[in-house]
Amino acid sequence: MVNRLSGTTVSNHGKAIRVRGTVQGVGFRPFIWHLARQYQLKGSVWNDEQGVMIHVWGDVEQLNAFIQQISQHPPPLAKILSIECSVLNSRPEYDNFQIVNSRQNSHVQTLITADAATCQECLAEINDPLDRRYHYPFTNCTHCGPRLSIIKQIPYDRCNTSMAEFLMCPVCQQEYDEPGNRRFHAQANCCADCGPTIWLEDRDNKIIEVDDVIKKATELIQRRNIIAIKGIGGFHLVCDASNETAVANLRQGKGRYAKPFALMAKNITMIRAYAQVGSMEEQALAYKAAAIVILSGTKKKLAQSVSLEGDSIGFMLPYTPLHSLLLQNLAYPVVMTSGNFSDEPQCIDNQQARDKLQNITDYFLFHNRFIINRLDDSVIRVINDKKQTIRRARGFSPEVLQLPKSFQTQRQILAMGAELKNSFCLIKDGLAVVSQHIGDLENVSTQRDYRHQLILYEQLFDFKADVIAVDHHTGYLSTQYGQQLAQTQALTIESVQHHHAHIAACMGEHGLPLGTPPVLAAVFDGLGMGEEGQLWGGEFLLSEYSECRRLGHFQPIAMPGGVQAIHEPWRNCFAQLEFYFDYEQIRQQYSDLEIFQFLETKPLAPLSTMIAKNLNSPLSSSCGRWFDAFAAVLGLCTGQAAYEGQAACLLETLAAKEFINERNNAYSYAVLKQQNMYVLNWKPLWLAVLNDLRDQLNKSVIAARIHHTLAAASVDLIIKLSEQTATNTIVLSGGVFQNRLLLESITQQLEQYGKKVLTAQVYPVNDGGLALG
Amino acid sequence: MRSSIDIKNGKVDLSHGSGGRAMAQLIEELFVKHFDNELLKQGNDQALFSVEAGRMVMSTDSHVVSPLFFPGGDIGSLSVHGTVNDIAMSGAKPLYLSAGFILEEGFSLAELEKIVISMAAAAKLADTLIVTGDTKVVERGKGDGVFINTCGVGMVPTGINISGNNARVGDVVILSGSIGDHGVAIMSSRENLQFETTIKSDSAALNDLVARMVMVADIHCLRDPTRGGLATTLNEIAGQSSVGMKIEENKIPIKAEVKAACEILGLDPLYVGNEGKLVCICAAEDAGAVLKTMLQHSLAKDAAIIGKVIADENNFVQMATAFGGQRIVDWLASEQLPRIC
Repeated sequence: MVNRLSGTTVSNHGKAIRVRGTVQGVGFRPFIWHLARQYQLKGSVWNDEQGVMIHVWGDVEQLNAFIQQISQHPPPLAKILSIECSVLNSRPEYDNFQIVNSRQNSHVQTLITADAATCQECLAEINDPLDRRYHYPFTNCTHCGPRLSIIKQIPYDRCNTSMAEFLMCPVCQQEYDEPGNRRFHAQANCCADCGPTIWLEDRDNKIIEVDDVIKKATELIQRRNIIAIKGIGGFHLVCDASNETAVANLRQGKGRYAKPFALMAKNITMIRAYAQVGSMEEQALAYKAAAIVILSGTKKKLAQSVSLEGDSIGFMLPYTPLHSLLLQNLAYPVVMTSGNFSDEPQCIDNQQARDKLQNITDYFLFHNRFIINRLDDSVIRVINDKKQTIRRARGFSPEVLQLPKSFQTQRQILAMGAELKNSFCLIKDGLAVVSQHIGDLENVSTQRDYRHQLILYEQLFDFKADVIAVDHHTGYLSTQYGQQLAQTQALTIESVQHHHAHIAACMGEHGLPLGTPPVLAAVFDGLGMGEEGQLWGGEFLLSEYSECRRLGHFQPIAMPGGVQAIHEPWRNCFAQLEFYFDYEQIRQQYSDLEIFQFLETKPLAPLSTMIAKNLNSPLSSSCGRWFDAFAAVLGLCTGQAAYEGQAACLLETLAAKEFINERNNAYSYAVLKQQNMYVLNWKPLWLAVLNDLRDQLNKSVIAARIHHTLAAASVDLIIKLSEQTATNTIVLSGGVFQNRLLLESITQQLEQYGKKVLTAQVYPVNDGGLALG
Repeated sequence: MRSSIDIKNGKVDLSHGSGGRAMAQLIEELFVKHFDNELLKQGNDQALFSVEAGRMVMSTDSHVVSPLFFPGGDIGSLSVHGTVNDIAMSGAKPLYLSAGFILEEGFSLAELEKIVISMAAAAKLADTLIVTGDTKVVERGKGDGVFINTCGVGMVPTGINISGNNARVGDVVILSGSIGDHGVAIMSSRENLQFETTIKSDSAALNDLVARMVMVADIHCLRDPTRGGLATTLNEIAGQSSVGMKIEENKIPIKAEVKAACEILGLDPLYVGNEGKLVCICAAEDAGAVLKTMLQHSLAKDAAIIGKVIADENNFVQMATAFGGQRIVDWLASEQLPRIC
């Protein structure tokens, strides 16, 4: 937040106060109105395209206290970017303080808020039998409720949202019109008399006639049914998380055989029964974004199918009145997973849900308010007492990032983002707006959603691109679409190297100014297009915003079968062994090991030829493939990975048990220098792992040692490079740094060397945060 | 009388392209002998023939393939099939072909004869004549054994209007058989990849199949999914016709051994080339009759309806995957490099 408070003026008691940021549709004017009355000030407040304008007259001290209150205690959903004051020499326009009509001209600058979890006041109302909103599932006010999910275009007025078709009843209208009311200009204001309604259908689309829909839905969950529930940003599939039959059915129906399911519990007390909740985690859970927070599970058992691997579980708290009412009478958490089949985007439309979820769910809990913009649940994890955003969507988007001052530029930039965990980014007037997580662009619905959201964001932020920024990878559908847009609109196109973008995103989030001295970065991920068509992913880079130089990397190894090597970890294991050793010799030497018995069942001869002849076997310095190879040798998803990063996740889970015990037992590695480039060579590591496997050492111990080796090698090389380049700031980025063990260990060691370590917190460290860079 | 050339042991030398006696002898004893038709025997620099009034099509294709001999065919048969199919995809009946050879010095005459015999057989089977030709020889190291260019002409029967921009929303997409055979056969034999079974190229002339198909219904588009495979062909047609397409992965015929090989190689069979398959787009009400005709033909025994033409401003080709997802089947950007991370 930037405050530009002018010095107090002695002679004049009138001030014009300009407030910029997310200040409309968040109860800002009623807040100012109350405040002005409290300080006995005269004047007026209104909305315009630049935010909120206040003209105010009164005692100097009172005025200053008033301004201080604005900056220190704004309404919960407001986000003030700046407050600018100037002196007013005119006389007061009013005898009291008034809210006056919005003044609009063409230059839109005000910001749209993110959807927010139900506030305490609204919760109190829905639980008060005497309140007119008792048990009404769409209760909201200027402090909470749907925002981005219901907006079609700006300005954020009811007529531009999916609340347009619900005409307010006289009582709601009165609340809406009354400046002192919490629902003054609450665009989504409604009640049971005039707002959206809910109903239940069975899977054959027959409406279930009941008086109390929520009570009935609760009973259905208790009776082991799966219900598809329409929420804020999409449908969820919900069932009793303590019932194995229900959860296993859901897994089967969804075709989701490995990834853990997200859970929702009615309160933090209940979450504590199932998981360890630290104070940072508690804050994250209770925050208005109500994200899924990844926690360490405790002994108390949920259905086994909730999480098939590891003991991490993701919990969130109810964030709509509907969720709160539904969970109130349940003695256990529910699975609350996105309403989709397998890797499809979640459904947002009733008919679409009927068509696509019919074979997964037993019942539907519908409502009749349209979801305009699909918003997945956001996902957060706390590592090293710092928040890490894994997926940024509902509750956070479309919050803006104020870029360092030096970024004030006339050019408006549209960054198209990555392929698989796409989000895009608009840069305008020194602000960066990163879209919500869009998803996998190869999916048809996601691709359409991507194009729809691009248009929407341009409209919401009055944005017109001058420059289109794309990834080096010309195969990305985002890059291709960017090229198409640039061509049809005759715009400049700039291509940015993948890992450079990861670094720049982290620098931008941390507010490093343009022209800041170079930082040293370790960017570890699955894959990104490097320079000259090489595939990178285990990189040590010296980087500024404008330039990036590669100083070191993992030993490039073939990916036999290209994309197939991403799905089948054993291929990477074979490629590494083939590279570092004479495969036949090493096989004979360690023939008892499971991995070699497994590999013998595979078509190694053609694979070997493919590697030798470079047939669809591109070389890659990827860290993700490195994890695949070591997971495979330990027998973790050797044959097939069920989801992206599974091998690395399993290896991390396995290593966690022995991680602390083995902290001094890293294996050896080699740092080779090849023409001014450092290359991490893992031959010694492979030998040590094979030996320990032959000695039948506990695999947890081996996994922990593998992690320590990667950490040690990274720290070793980073320190060496930081001395050579005289850099003190280290950026760690890329999807691999979602690995808690690795991130904690490398960060702590670097900090012991006195280095300043930066990692992404607000934006995802994975490709979801790429567009910002 | 001069002695015959030694085809069994001889090699191509620079004199075979010099325009002199050696060249004449090669033409006479190899090309004229095997291609064997009256027009060629006239011995002129051009072939003279009469045609009926009507619409003609003309197409040319140069063939560069390694290895020259592969399971299911060779460069000779391939060079005939390629041009015959390009002509046939307009609905035309192919009439005459030309053949231009670029030979590398030192290339075995015995192998050349095998290629020529194979071309002659392919042309005969396709009911066309190779009526003119050309031979050039390049120095050792400047060619890859042999390159063959073929060019052909054909007549389009009245009433037939087949073009890539004729696909209409609601039309049906029919594929004549399994995909990927040719590309995988070539790659595995070129690189000597040891798969468990030998995969044969599907290289074949499709003009007879097309002649039968155009008799039963009004066909909107026909195309042979060669380089770039089925995915590229469908994207081309979608773009030309300004429509979208929706295909189903489960409906696309693919041989188990080709699928297995593609899995090992990490190739997407949708992008692998074919040389004896066609994609046909026609009105839904005609699909039954067309499919029935195709299924009765030996070259389309596995024909199947694989999808339909839909309205789509983005001209996406989308595929319902075997796992129940909807994936965009895009143009291939340069090589098949992994995009996911």
